[in-house]
Amino acid sequence: MESERYLMDLIANHISHRFGDLAVLDDVSFTVSAGEVVAIVGPSGCGKSTLLSILGGLLQPTSGAPELRGAPPADSLNPLTFVFQDFALLPWATVEENVEFPLLHTQLSAAQRRALVDDALRRTGLTDFRTTYPKQLSGGMRQRVGISRALAVKPAILLMDEPLSALDSQTRELLMEDFVHLLADGGMGAVYVTHNLEEAARLADRIVVLSRRPGRIREVVTVPMTRAARGETAAREKLLALQNQIWSLIRNEAIDAEREVQHA
Amino acid sequence: MLDRAPAEGSAKNEPARRVRFRGAGFVPASSRFGGWIALALVIAIWQAAGSAGLVNPLFLPAPAAIARAIYELAVSGALWHHLSASLLRIGVGWLLGTAAGVAVGFAIGLSRLARSVGITFISALFPIPKIALLPLLILWLGIGEEPKIATIALGVFFSTAISVYSGVDAVPRNLIRMAQSFNVPFATIVRKVIWPGALPAILAGFRITASVALLLVVSAEMIGAQYGIGAFVLQAGNLMQTDQLLAGVVILSVFGLAVGKVIGWLETRLLHWR
Repeated sequence: MESERYLMDLIANHISHRFGDLAVLDDVSFTVSAGEVVAIVGPSGCGKSTLLSILGGLLQPTSGAPELRGAPPADSLNPLTFVFQDFALLPWATVEENVEFPLLHTQLSAAQRRALVDDALRRTGLTDFRTTYPKQLSGGMRQRVGISRALAVKPAILLMDEPLSALDSQTRELLMEDFVHLLADGGMGAVYVTHNLEEAARLADRIVVLSRRPGRIREVVTVPMTRAARGETAAREKLLALQNQIWSLIRNEAIDAEREVQHA
Repeated sequence: MLDRAPAEGSAKNEPARRVRFRGAGFVPASSRFGGWIALALVIAIWQAAGSAGLVNPLFLPAPAAIARAIYELAVSGALWHHLSASLLRIGVGWLLGTAAGVAVGFAIGLSRLARSVGITFISALFPIPKIALLPLLILWLGIGEEPKIATIALGVFFSTAISVYSGVDAVPRNLIRMAQSFNVPFATIVRKVIWPGALPAILAGFRITASVALLLVVSAEMIGAQYGIGAFVLQAGNLMQTDQLLAGVVILSVFGLAVGKVIGWLETRLLHWR
């Protein structure tokens, strides 16, 4: 039944957005095919996170719309599931209560919820921390709880908003390995917003490069190798060339964006 | 060897001096028994001054005289008579005011309409000293317990409503967005996210409203009551029985301390995750 997980596409259909007079996104269109990982990169303030919020139904676009094509997997309790940059954990709830939180309002029995929580905790290596509170965990472990919570609802597409940016480099590396592992079988798609080109190149099948505000699609770059192959030493040079190619696309705009922030 | 050759004019040949500790930021730490020792010391000095005849007992009775007055009040049964009357007024008034304040505070925190209407009214009515309304409340509700309870409830209501909607406002928006991203229904978000998130502010509000209730019950009892700690204190003052007067004050202080302890216990139990 694993093939059922390949049925749903997420479409950004001519999405534009303004915050008052400020145009943030301008006519952004692309499709995330089932099981595909799409990274969104661009200079600061280009509307990456805004676009993700719109795609996930947390923000109404000024025009255009996010759309779904096909049916989500039958067992998916929340087809579009966010992994947040700041983890968004309930500080008064233990690890297992946090993971169980999105299941509480479903029709599942306590035993079914328990099974899903156990499975999600096991997949993220948190089984031994189930009764721990978020404040007792490191940043990396907190993000693992966020990922575990997302996995518990069996998503079709993960919407990840700079999930590693609040973490130190070693923890980032470890979690990146976890992401590669989680997304390895293609059973789950993802939209991965990041300003880190290395993360984008390591994880994505395609990279959507946005221009400076208002964000428009400048280019869509396909990563020409499988995710499994990217871990090999021989692939590093190619990935580095790809990062340089993307950096050359956004470098000047990133400088302008930086100056704009400084003068704001 | 990581040491480099000394540069010309280097201080390598001088003896090393330890870097002076300059502080680790102002972190005042309280000692567990320091406060009690200080209190005992003040009482001892006060008692010694009274016993030595340095202080006129009419103006400031010695602690032993106050303790004796409390003992006599307790033995005669008058203490329970006055205390029970005050506790009933505080209890009912505080509960009514808190229930209404929590309901209105949540409404203001969660509803745009309630916020625009509610904040205007609260801003206009909150600064009014509630005890000033007691004569009007007596006119409306009669001269029984109701106007005193209503005065306390009003005082508690406004402070509670403000602390509750401030607490709701302070709940991190990212947690609410997270819940919405999982399609969690509104009622569950209120119960599982907003309520626990606002609880620290609500409990902090309880500390304030407990003091407000104590202040108002004493004031209301001084204006129109036969029984109650406020009435007792006023009566003792009129009769120049300053030991009795201070006995009433001590009882109020102990009551305030007890309420503070209960709220502290609640905070420990309910906010252990902080």
